[in-house]
Amino acid sequence: MAVLEIDDDTALVAPVAKRRKLGGLFLCAVAWILLIGLAAVFAAFLPIASPTDMDMLGKRAPPSAAHWLGTDSLGRDMLSRLIYGARVSLTVGLLSSVIGVTVGGALGMLAGYFRGRLETFTVGGVDVLLAFPPLVFLLAVLAYLGQTVLNITLVIGVLSIPAFTRVARAVTLSLSEREFVVAARALGATHSRILLRELLPNVSLPLVAFFLLGVAVTIVVEGALSFLGLGVPPPAPSWGSMIAEGRESLDIAPWLAFLPAGTMFITVLAFNIVGDTLRALTDPRPGAL
Amino acid sequence: MARFVGRRLLYLLPVLLAVSLLTFLIASLLPGDLAYAILGDQATPEKLAALRAKMGLDLPIWQRYLHWLWDVLQGDLGRSFRTGELVLDAVLDRLPVSIELMIMAEIMGLLIGIPLAILCAVKNGSAIDRFFTGFAFANLSLPSFMVAILLIFLFAVQFNWLPATGWVPFSEDPVGNLRSFVLPALTLAFAEWPSLMRVLRSDMIATLQEDYIAMAKAKGLRPARILLVHALKPSSLTLVTITGINIGRLIGGALIVETIFALPGIGRLLVGAIYARDFIILQGVVLFVAAGFVIVNFIVDMLYGVLDPRIRHGRA
Repeated sequence: MAVLEIDDDTALVAPVAKRRKLGGLFLCAVAWILLIGLAAVFAAFLPIASPTDMDMLGKRAPPSAAHWLGTDSLGRDMLSRLIYGARVSLTVGLLSSVIGVTVGGALGMLAGYFRGRLETFTVGGVDVLLAFPPLVFLLAVLAYLGQTVLNITLVIGVLSIPAFTRVARAVTLSLSEREFVVAARALGATHSRILLRELLPNVSLPLVAFFLLGVAVTIVVEGALSFLGLGVPPPAPSWGSMIAEGRESLDIAPWLAFLPAGTMFITVLAFNIVGDTLRALTDPRPGAL
Repeated sequence: MARFVGRRLLYLLPVLLAVSLLTFLIASLLPGDLAYAILGDQATPEKLAALRAKMGLDLPIWQRYLHWLWDVLQGDLGRSFRTGELVLDAVLDRLPVSIELMIMAEIMGLLIGIPLAILCAVKNGSAIDRFFTGFAFANLSLPSFMVAILLIFLFAVQFNWLPATGWVPFSEDPVGNLRSFVLPALTLAFAEWPSLMRVLRSDMIATLQEDYIAMAKAKGLRPARILLVHALKPSSLTLVTITGINIGRLIGGALIVETIFALPGIGRLLVGAIYARDFIILQGVVLFVAAGFVIVNFIVDMLYGVLDPRIRHGRA
């Protein structure tokens, strides 16, 4: 009898222990995202120096009471620049992923549910957009449009639509044939009711997981743009441009590059950990990558 | 096989056409127009009108697209209005550098990824496996410009072993040429190996549970032979696809890495064109790179079909 197999207690204990261990890392990641997020939102109210005030006598100063993390090569407060830089990274990261998840999610669900011409057209469009190396496309469009926070957010958002469309379509396709959808249809539910009440709750969890991974990727992309000097224009601080500036004094003050690099790395890692944990929860295959 | 190639070719052409159309349309996002961008401060209504007429900018957009496409098909990507250089010449000049960089990066990525994947697959679930899969996961959060900074700091600033920037042609100084490629290629390889390793590891774990592996063990074959001869080849199918998919990221990474390490490749040409607001070069490079990317993916698809007959016959 199948029930008897439960007696094997090692099989029961092992996954629980594993989940608890995952939880610690997961909670740390969530805590870090909250910390960075709150600091970015309330940056103006925090007791920190201005991110753009220069102190020419205190260039590349080590940490002190006045400047907790020291100053950069123009004498600007590092901690303050890191926090204001988080604003740019998180704004671009979250907003462009919101564009991707709403437009891409809706397109993917409609394509996966209605099939037919709409699906052919959507999949074709997605394939063409994915045919471009993303960073090349992004740089080209921004070169023509001009580099502002709004443009960067919009273009990265548009570029992230195909990936979300693919995920949403794939999940919707597999769900559309399931019993509860067939049952709803048999009961005479309208298309919009099936899409919003039956499918959306089931599609949203994988999409949220993918959304968090998307935020991580977007923060990296925004950092790369700023690093190349093609992102948010100075003197507004951004992690990418701080790393680029710190690179100039790598031999005398390496921490100027490593502080923003470390902050960005931990933030991206945190989003990846949270996203990946959620994805693993929604993915029935054990240990799937 | 011929039908398979034909079917894929039929798909390739519309995608290439769409890519060219999109590249062309991006240029129309420019506020004002190209004539305005070229003349800059010296723009007067008369000069603008004259230049527009000369460049055909006063024609309807679909006519301009067709003219442009016709030129492109004949190999004429235009001429930089800053340096007067032919775009195609500029691209072909710098192409070898980018290709050398990407090939070296891919080789280094495979050299790091394959042994680690085999190790982790054999020791599946052990501390070693968890350490390296965790390391690979963390590595995915490490963008290439950070890796570049770290490597420059370690190898160029601290130990002074390798040059941080600079490039010499292979024909002049082969050793110096290879040395100048080590750090850039290693930077790119750091972005490559985690995905290669993750894919190969999970495929290999599945392969190692096959009956014929048990058979090979029962025959008393040496573990190294079982792993490298019996298990590696059937596990490497996804590795080939992922190598193709990675090319997009590799091109993006090459763009950043070439800029950081001052390598005269396509990526630096593109970034330089953006800095100089040289829109003709920009458009030509974007088209070249995007078309090249589509074609390389097409070739990888073909390779995949050659390796796995199920792809050729199974679906569609």
